Amino acid sequence: MSKLKTFCQGGIHPNKHKITTDTPIVFAGLPEVVTIPVKQHIGSPAKILVKPGDKVKVGTLLADADGIVSSDVHSSVSGEVIKVEAIEGEFGYLEDMITIKVEGDEFESSIDTSTDINREIPFSAEEIVAKIREAGIVGMGGAGYPTPIKTSIPEDKKVDTLIINGIECEPFLTADDRLMVEKAEQIIIGAKIINKALGIQNAIIAVDENKPQAIDILNKITKTYVGVNVEVCATKYPQGGEKQLITAITGREVPSGRLPADAGCLVQNVGTVFAIYEAIMKNKPLYERIVTVSGDTCPHPANFLVRIGTPASFLIEKVGGITPETTQIIFGGPMMGTSAFNINAPITKLTSGILMLSDQLAAKRPETDCIRCGKCVEVCPIGLQPHLIGRLMQNHQIEALKDCHVLDCIECGCCSYICPAHIPLLDYCKLSKMELKKKK
Amino acid sequence: MDSIIFLSMLVLGGIAVVASAVLYMVSRKFAVKEDIKILEIDAVLPQANCGGCGFAGCHDFAKACSSASEEKFANLRCPVGGQPVMDKIAAIKGVVAIQKQPSAAVLRCNGTCQNAPQKVAYDGITSCRIAARISSGQTGCPTGCLRLGDCVKNCQFGALSIDPVTQIPVVDYNKCTSCGACVRTCPRGLFEIRNKGPQGQMVYVACRNTQKGALARKNCKAACIACLKCTKINPEVKVENNLSYIPDTVPAEQFGQQLKETCPTGAINYYSGGENTNV
Amino acid sequence: MLKISTAPHFQTTKDTSSIMLDVIIALAPAAIMSIIFFGIQALVVILSAVAFCVGLEYLFNKYVFKKENTITDFSAIITGLLLAYNLPSTMPIWMIFVGSFMAIVVGKLCYGGLGKNIFNPALVGRVFLFISFPVQMTTWPLPGFLNSFSADIQTGATTLGVIKHLDIQTSATTSVSELPSYWQMFIGNIGGCIGEVSALALLLGLAWLLRRRIITWHIPFYYIATVFVITGVLWLSTHSIRFDPLTHLLSGGLMLGAIFMATDYATSPMTKKGQIVYAICCGLLTVIIRLCSAYPEGVSFAILIMNAFVPLIDKYIQPRYYGERR
Repeated sequence: MSKLKTFCQGGIHPNKHKITTDTPIVFAGLPEVVTIPVKQHIGSPAKILVKPGDKVKVGTLLADADGIVSSDVHSSVSGEVIKVEAIEGEFGYLEDMITIKVEGDEFESSIDTSTDINREIPFSAEEIVAKIREAGIVGMGGAGYPTPIKTSIPEDKKVDTLIINGIECEPFLTADDRLMVEKAEQIIIGAKIINKALGIQNAIIAVDENKPQAIDILNKITKTYVGVNVEVCATKYPQGGEKQLITAITGREVPSGRLPADAGCLVQNVGTVFAIYEAIMKNKPLYERIVTVSGDTCPHPANFLVRIGTPASFLIEKVGGITPETTQIIFGGPMMGTSAFNINAPITKLTSGILMLSDQLAAKRPETDCIRCGKCVEVCPIGLQPHLIGRLMQNHQIEALKDCHVLDCIECGCCSYICPAHIPLLDYCKLSKMELKKKK
Repeated sequence: MDSIIFLSMLVLGGIAVVASAVLYMVSRKFAVKEDIKILEIDAVLPQANCGGCGFAGCHDFAKACSSASEEKFANLRCPVGGQPVMDKIAAIKGVVAIQKQPSAAVLRCNGTCQNAPQKVAYDGITSCRIAARISSGQTGCPTGCLRLGDCVKNCQFGALSIDPVTQIPVVDYNKCTSCGACVRTCPRGLFEIRNKGPQGQMVYVACRNTQKGALARKNCKAACIACLKCTKINPEVKVENNLSYIPDTVPAEQFGQQLKETCPTGAINYYSGGENTNV
Repeated sequence: MLKISTAPHFQTTKDTSSIMLDVIIALAPAAIMSIIFFGIQALVVILSAVAFCVGLEYLFNKYVFKKENTITDFSAIITGLLLAYNLPSTMPIWMIFVGSFMAIVVGKLCYGGLGKNIFNPALVGRVFLFISFPVQMTTWPLPGFLNSFSADIQTGATTLGVIKHLDIQTSATTSVSELPSYWQMFIGNIGGCIGEVSALALLLGLAWLLRRRIITWHIPFYYIATVFVITGVLWLSTHSIRFDPLTHLLSGGLMLGAIFMATDYATSPMTKKGQIVYAICCGLLTVIIRLCSAYPEGVSFAILIMNAFVPLIDKYIQPRYYGERR
């Protein structure tokens, strides 16, 4: 067997905990009310179009993209808008949200709800990008960068490789894995759609080796699609990171401070690709996504198909509620996700998982002195020296920090994970970034 | 034997002469010519190098003072030395120093353990800025004190400390030089430099929460609910965005006690001067 | 009440003390071999060095430096073990105490404790003893079970000491009866310090360290390879037993130094490239000291000298950052 592709610099192998790999995706059901934030993406919040009392259906446009770096927001349920105001979000800060009382489950007439797979792509490149924009699709891997901007490549850049990111290197999460197993053909058609929008012929679906089911199915189906190939990569965190994946697949590197297009690549998460398929072929705006609800204290871990805006607590009740051992609830994966302050916060387009973790896994261990073991340098995928950044930040030597390339940090958390002295190195990197951005 | 001693004396002496000659030449050639005034001003500065004046250190401040025009000089101030030092600098410059009222930093939050009970436990690095990024804080108030002491760490004068009972920082007004380090550090912008009254009195609204009264009170008993009662004591007190603000122009010695007593939630702090009492 | 904390929410279970424990396990075979060859006296030296180091760290942290107790991270045990491994088994106890004091108090705690010391503490202690008490430090008991029981201990020179004083012209064909065979050197049946004699035991330790991912192979490999290559080239060109690369490899403190002391976290460079430079320089210095100086052995000096250069190496040899123009 030949050596599997992976990125060469840094990386760690945390315990996988993929307990929901074989759990099929089920529809989570409709909650009584949903709260839909108007900002679920990077950029400016969308402009609200509805007011309390309005009747909406699934797929009705609720808020319109404000500017280029922004995204449309659609209703995920049918019912009546009851509140349009700032509500406590995931972090406890107030965010503008549209609250809808659920009544029935009625779809906009344009949405094709049949389960047939449409294989012909009857649209031109421009039409595809326009449809993606109308559907309010954003990068569903976690960054939330509006997809239409990513798919319209500037004139001066040339993209020759489309990489579909099926890596999902975060422990516990299996949303992308299940999606690839259950909707493999749709994802491949989605890849062809993006190919058409970019005007290129080939796409590589990158999957890491710990997803044998997905690899089998994708391999079987890609045989009938010319130009779409499956690349099995070695399992390593943070391979799902855009830069790391590009290096793993093509060997190229994205220059510091530039975009993947500068390395001739476009990376799309499988969730995004599936959403693109549905938007183009089924006229379906992005109003639902797959969410893994798991964790070491989760009574019945599951993969749910969830309407955007469903409160996290609704899903937590579905899997059996919060157990007494649970000390933290994480939105996203355990490496890069955020602790939830408010468990009633809604699922957004970016929420890939809800994890219930015990102190055994998630408690911070007491910090001791740096022993200069160099492990943080060894695991950093960017080649930074986190120990040095941490020390400079502690001593507030901002001038010296400028030479540390800390702005290139992808905040993967490898350094904090590996540190035997349990120094919060990632936090120091984040602080340094704040300081340096402030100086500019 | 003698010749060895003589020889080594000669060699070492020779080296000394040559080296001193080189040193002299170099020091002449690379001498930095500096305005004599800068040195004079530098001499009267406290040399704390705290950066409170906004410059990189006392020497930088001295440079700025010496080159500043009269109007610009009025805006320069050494927070550590205060008026006496500024008078001396003015004398060196040959201008009249402008009198400035003594001032101090105040913490505009009353979110103590008693007023704002803990809702979640924070487990992570002791840094307000990081904590502010991942949540609205242990109390849930999105504008309240995070209690992790970034301000204490950044205070050069030991004027700030976390009160072990209330868990929020207290300012020692006798030590505070109003250098503004805490104002720049606090991610929630809770510090404000305020003028002191004749006996050091200060009165201010210790809240920055702009949420509606009921919502704000859910997180903190001492939140300002914009009831407008304080505006009736003195018309200069303004309520905007569900939050009251007492401008510096309201004389604290005259209205302070009244303002404090009238506030139904206890969001107004009055410091009567003298002993540093936490109000 | 829920907790909120910063990402990542996972942390490795390996901490400082578990790493140190692994090093202690890796050092264990050498201790066993030394007791086999040097008898109960070796055990006495090892135990007293460890006890002194741990005790001194505890007392000085508590009463002099007024810091938290740090003996639970087990690093003092390693310092004690390494110090003992660098001493002959005939060392008087009071000298071991002096060495431990230099190692722990001067070499480590004065710098601020674990991770902040510039020089390897055990080597500081050893070199201090070596310079202060040269006679005791170079009286090598010959291995053998009975030695420890007889009142009159046989002593002799180390292999390196023997070849040091060989005539340069001695041809390779001359059989030197004083020299032990390679096999004897490999298992450790030769004169020398307690821990350095058995290459076999040290290699077992290396295997454990590599398996547990405590160290990477770079420093030991480049260090030993440098010594091997230089002496090998000299041997090939002169055929003098003085330069015999295998003897240089298997005798003296090279294995112990390359595996356990040059790899000390606190006193070695952080980056792989830096570690390679450091290891090659260590190797060079070792050969130079062994062949050109008055001392037969140069490992401890070589490592100490290179320790001083580590901050410089760390400053100038930095990892290649992602996206850097090649």
